[in-house]
Amino acid sequence: MHTLAHWFPLGWRHFLFGGICIGLGVSLLFALTGFIGGISSTYSAALSWLSTFPYFHREALVSKRSWLMMYALGLFAGAVLFTFTLGHGHAFTRVPLWRLFAGGILAGFGARMSGGCTSGHGICGVASGQLPSILAVLIFLTTAILTAHLVRALGGF
Amino acid sequence: MPPVSSRAILLSALAAGTLFGFGLALSTMVQPEVILQFLLLNNMGLLLVLAGAAGTTAIAYALLPHLMQRPVFAPDFKKHAAILKAPTLIGAAIFGSGWVLSGVCPGPAIAGLGTGNWPLLLSVAGLLLGAWIHGRFVAKP
Repeated sequence: MHTLAHWFPLGWRHFLFGGICIGLGVSLLFALTGFIGGISSTYSAALSWLSTFPYFHREALVSKRSWLMMYALGLFAGAVLFTFTLGHGHAFTRVPLWRLFAGGILAGFGARMSGGCTSGHGICGVASGQLPSILAVLIFLTTAILTAHLVRALGGF
Repeated sequence: MPPVSSRAILLSALAAGTLFGFGLALSTMVQPEVILQFLLLNNMGLLLVLAGAAGTTAIAYALLPHLMQRPVFAPDFKKHAAILKAPTLIGAAIFGSGWVLSGVCPGPAIAGLGTGNWPLLLSVAGLLLGAWIHGRFVAKP
């Protein structure tokens, strides 16, 4: 199984099972509430408490901010649960702090402009066969992969 | 139709988020290093995560509206409505350029904190700031 080890040097099961677990979470949300479980709007919803600017107080955002906060709390709680059961301790990331912050700004801006991120477009949009989401996923994957290779060629990373 | 219980909705979101966060941690998507390995095409795990998640969700989105008259705690099933317009695609490119810089996307930034990876707080702050810049200066009210 040389090829499998080549493309998946860290194994494949935890990726597939983790992905299915994510999908079950989004599916459970849909079954119980009918809501579509993208994450990036959580950030705009949180801003409804932090900013008085009218955009963050639109009905569409304020009406779902409570459940979005619980959804985000669940993300945190689920990861805590993993850490104390199957987890074996993660080291702190070694990505430089300025990159964590600057990358966050760009990703936060872009996700809101695009109307979704890896979860909203990548999972929910693709799962419902939405062409704009499929295009968005292809664009952000291509942009990120090309940039990664360009930066490596220039001596970064 | 019985009144919608907001407590039931909130607990549903908490339970669903918990599964989601557990999956993000199990699949190591909360580790920026694993994302960056994928973007350098050294580890294709992320594609399995996306396929597993989107595949499972696709089944739920297709079947549940036929199997149930309505969601357990709400009157109707929502539809994901992405719009094919320039900002959707330009925003995706900007998102990709931020994602490759940090190795962090919006869900894993929050879930990563649950694994004790505290430097990701800076990503959460950045994501909030980016969403604020968008809402304050770019989005139509």
